[in-house]
Amino acid sequence: MTVNDIIDLLECEAIAGKDHLDNEVKTACGSDMMSDVLAFAKTQCVLLTGLCNPQVIRTAEMMDIVAIIFVRGKKPDATMIEMADELGLPILTTYHRMFSSCGLLYENGLRGGIIDG
Amino acid sequence: MADVMELNYTVSNEDFTRAGEASSDVKKKLKQLGVSPDAIRKVAIALYEGEINMIIHAYGGKIKVTISEDAITLILADKGPGIADVEKAMQAGYSTAPDKVRSLGFGAGMGLPNMKKNSDEMDIKTELGVGTTVTMVIRF
Repeated sequence: MTVNDIIDLLECEAIAGKDHLDNEVKTACGSDMMSDVLAFAKTQCVLLTGLCNPQVIRTAEMMDIVAIIFVRGKKPDATMIEMADELGLPILTTYHRMFSSCGLLYENGLRGGIIDG
Repeated sequence: MADVMELNYTVSNEDFTRAGEASSDVKKKLKQLGVSPDAIRKVAIALYEGEINMIIHAYGGKIKVTISEDAITLILADKGPGIADVEKAMQAGYSTAPDKVRSLGFGAGMGLPNMKKNSDEMDIKTELGVGTTVTMVIRF
């Protein structure tokens, strides 16, 4: 699956990192708690979150997240968009809720990665 | 050998939105140096967690990063309140972070355990009312 496929599935708008929408996505992680993302996210992962602050972008940067999907219609501010553009990190927004967003991606073959205790 | 490089940062606690700037810079420099992606990921996670901790708990502090031929050493020193019970602080899920921090997406009690998980060696020296120094080594 690519970031572009996710845009179609979740009816997203891409608002940053638009040159990187062909990036391959292997797993997904859904969380509003960045502490948990830092502890559990896998490689080539997209992050689904309803938390909307600059630390989401920083967390994604540290974890080499492939794209951030803001659920429930959350809109990042200009600072966050600028940070993401500099990093070449796609930001997508969708009006779907967290549960539905995760469900739609799962239904289309995306998984959460192995549980390693 | 001239391969040893030292980077120094001051972490300010004034603006939480700027947390992670040091980690971001270190990550970029390690990429330029051609360090393996696996080691970069470990350093980035460990340092960012540490940087967040310094801002949440210790009014900021100083970070020293030493890059040698076979390892990266991260030293995070603060003059914060110190850690009352290091053993408890190392337990996953134990947190003393205020609710305000949790509303920003941190304070799940995963920071120190995650720093340990991502480093080959970790040492915590702390004294109540004086401060804390965390040293982490990540080998290539």
